[in-house]
Amino acid sequence: MAALTPISRKPLSMVLPTVAAAGGFLGMFVGAGQGSALLGILIGAALMAALAWVYITVLDNERVARWITILGMGVIGFLFAGFTGLIVGLLAGWFFAFFIFWLYEGRYRQRLLPYLTGQQVFGHYLFRVICGAIFVFLITPILVVLPLSFNAQDFFTFTPEMLRLDPEGYSLKHYRDFFTNNEWQRSFKNSLIIAPIATIISVSLGTLAAIGLSQSHVPGRRAIMGILISPMIVPLIISATGMFFFYSDIGRFMEGTLGMDKNFVGYIKVVLAHAVLGIPFVIITVTATLVGFDRSLTRAAANMGAGPVRTFFKIQMPLILPGVISGGLFAFITSFDEVVVVLFVGSASQKTLPWQMFTGLREQISPTILAVATILVVISIALLTTVELLRRRSERLRGLSPA
Amino acid sequence: MTDASQNAGPMLAADGTPLKQSLARSLRRQKLRALLLIAPLLLFVLFSFIIPIASMLFRSVENGIVEKTLPLTVVALENWDEKSGELPDEAVYDAFVNDMIVAVAEKKHTRLGSRLNYEEPGISSLFRKSGRKIRKWDPEADAPFKEKLIDADKGWGDVENWRVIKTHSRNVTPGYFLAAVDLRLTPDGVAAQPEDKQILVKLFGRTLFMSLIITGSCILLAYPVSYLLANLPMRVSNMLMILVLLPFWTSLLVRTSAWKVMLQQQGVINETLVWLGLVADDARLVIINNQIGTIVAMTHILLPFMILPMYSVMQTIPPSYTRAAKSMGATNWTTFWRIYFPQSIPGIGAGSILVFILAIGYYITPEIVGGTKGVFISNRIAYHISSSLNWGLAAALGTILLAVVMLLYWCYDKIVGIDNVKLG
Repeated sequence: MAALTPISRKPLSMVLPTVAAAGGFLGMFVGAGQGSALLGILIGAALMAALAWVYITVLDNERVARWITILGMGVIGFLFAGFTGLIVGLLAGWFFAFFIFWLYEGRYRQRLLPYLTGQQVFGHYLFRVICGAIFVFLITPILVVLPLSFNAQDFFTFTPEMLRLDPEGYSLKHYRDFFTNNEWQRSFKNSLIIAPIATIISVSLGTLAAIGLSQSHVPGRRAIMGILISPMIVPLIISATGMFFFYSDIGRFMEGTLGMDKNFVGYIKVVLAHAVLGIPFVIITVTATLVGFDRSLTRAAANMGAGPVRTFFKIQMPLILPGVISGGLFAFITSFDEVVVVLFVGSASQKTLPWQMFTGLREQISPTILAVATILVVISIALLTTVELLRRRSERLRGLSPA
Repeated sequence: MTDASQNAGPMLAADGTPLKQSLARSLRRQKLRALLLIAPLLLFVLFSFIIPIASMLFRSVENGIVEKTLPLTVVALENWDEKSGELPDEAVYDAFVNDMIVAVAEKKHTRLGSRLNYEEPGISSLFRKSGRKIRKWDPEADAPFKEKLIDADKGWGDVENWRVIKTHSRNVTPGYFLAAVDLRLTPDGVAAQPEDKQILVKLFGRTLFMSLIITGSCILLAYPVSYLLANLPMRVSNMLMILVLLPFWTSLLVRTSAWKVMLQQQGVINETLVWLGLVADDARLVIINNQIGTIVAMTHILLPFMILPMYSVMQTIPPSYTRAAKSMGATNWTTFWRIYFPQSIPGIGAGSILVFILAIGYYITPEIVGGTKGVFISNRIAYHISSSLNWGLAAALGTILLAVVMLLYWCYDKIVGIDNVKLG
């Protein structure tokens, strides 16, 4: 369909104003950097329109024009703003060389339906630009945090050195602080103690229950499902309030009557609370995996004399393992990220990483938070990749084509 | 074969029991096995989640402290007519001092004082001060107490204070719920809180209003993106999906701290605007510690929860419908509004309820970027738990919030079904 749309060269009256508008937009940023945004808009628009006119009417050789633009704008950028300017200039040059000929040759219509009117084509690209802006909105906060965590100053903004890409402006000192500061290390260790134990509890109980729920005759399945999912639905602040009242009574009982160590009881409380919060995720992912599970396999195993336990570990478990692991990852990240409940249920010796970040954000703002944030982003990218790979593997195992 | 079974009456299983009975037994066993598998988790959730929530509900009406601290007084006060306008008789004072001597010894009287202080400001210091004097009295030798007690603190000569004690001596009180909606229980019945204390209804209103705005802006931003993702070729849309899933998977605190970095006065957005000359250096935008900050940050945080259900609904809309509409002469707008949009409504509904439920109970983000103007009811709950220690009121606020969420959850179940919740 796409290849059938014939393309033809477009008149200058359409190409030049559009290129000028784009040039003006770039000029605004350059102009603002040099002092006057308005002047920048005018110069940028005029320059780009002139460039387009020269390329189309005089030069008419796309490859040459592309190299002239890229190198030329790179040099201009370098003269204005050093190394950063060079990079911005090269990128802008590449874009304009592409943009001018994309418009002039009418390539923008190539992938669209042939009968669209000009207005519809415009609408199509406007829509793409709007979506692009929303994607930028989604991703910018994360992209801002990454470079700022390498800031050599104790600021939360980009310093001039950083913008010049000067190595002086960057340092690993916030990371060093994270790895040497006792407070951060203790909370990191606490997170690494609490999250895995909570995950093990919720995965083992959750998998069993999911297998039970997927049997064909379960009395009151909807009600049970509702109860098991409820920790995900009830707002965290309410769960935290309820747990605060209840667990402080339980804790007093364990410390007073059973004579347990105060610290140990604190860990038990937080682990139990986090395990409950992770359960809905395990239930949802594992039941979703079990939907596609072929029951005749367990029957075949039973037929050949395997007991239920053996059937489970040899036949069912390997097949649903991807679902169990991704459920476990969800449970892990829930506990690893959780701050409200631990804030209410835990005491200072159970301070977890998110709790430390929360106090950091509220009271003494230190850029170490950004270093921690970057580390957490890297961890979540790793987990996201793992879950995606597991999902594909599970689909392959179940004989579905990978989507 | 058929003859034989007709002759033998009911059909038999291999071991000779009637087949029907045997089947019923195996079904029963199957059910039992399923329940046994579910039981450990169910008990665990009941114990560590449902019971805590129930204990919160219980605490929102529980009020045993008055009767537990002043058992004799509560009994004695029953004979006193609080509407008469006269002070209680000697027996009440006698009972009260006896109770107080026990309470002071156990250091319980200050706790009772602060409990009653929620209802009648100032009564807490009355308990504290007279507690110090009553400690030295002897229940036998120093009687009668009426004169002495009024001498010790003239607050005990005020009928109002006795009426407060009597009003709140019941074991179950609606007082916290009334306080949660800016009313209070006075001896003369239910009355409004003083003007300057009426903040909670406004806060509930603001929570609902801001959650609606957040849901609305999530719909506005999620709709085009989901449409694009659903209509692009699978390979491209999977790549773009990463941009949606990455924020979804990133720690909530990371995203909140990112917004703090972006929005503050010296933050990235303000610096860029000043650099572009769009905003003067001395007139930087105030976009943090107010409602704008909360709305922007929470829209960003909850956006994936709107995009994912919308995307999964839009994926199932066949493109041939819109093409058919266009071939019959519909304009772009008519095609969208009459054909595409109605089919995408289930996605909007599912996403909106999900986002609204999540938004209404949010605590961390409003606490960090909301300042005082942009906080939610949940921040008030946290305040009452950790700072003002008015746990009954916190429980009542939590119960009201829980009721709202449960109602929405019920709607969600009706529209989408809990079984259809998907992750990632």
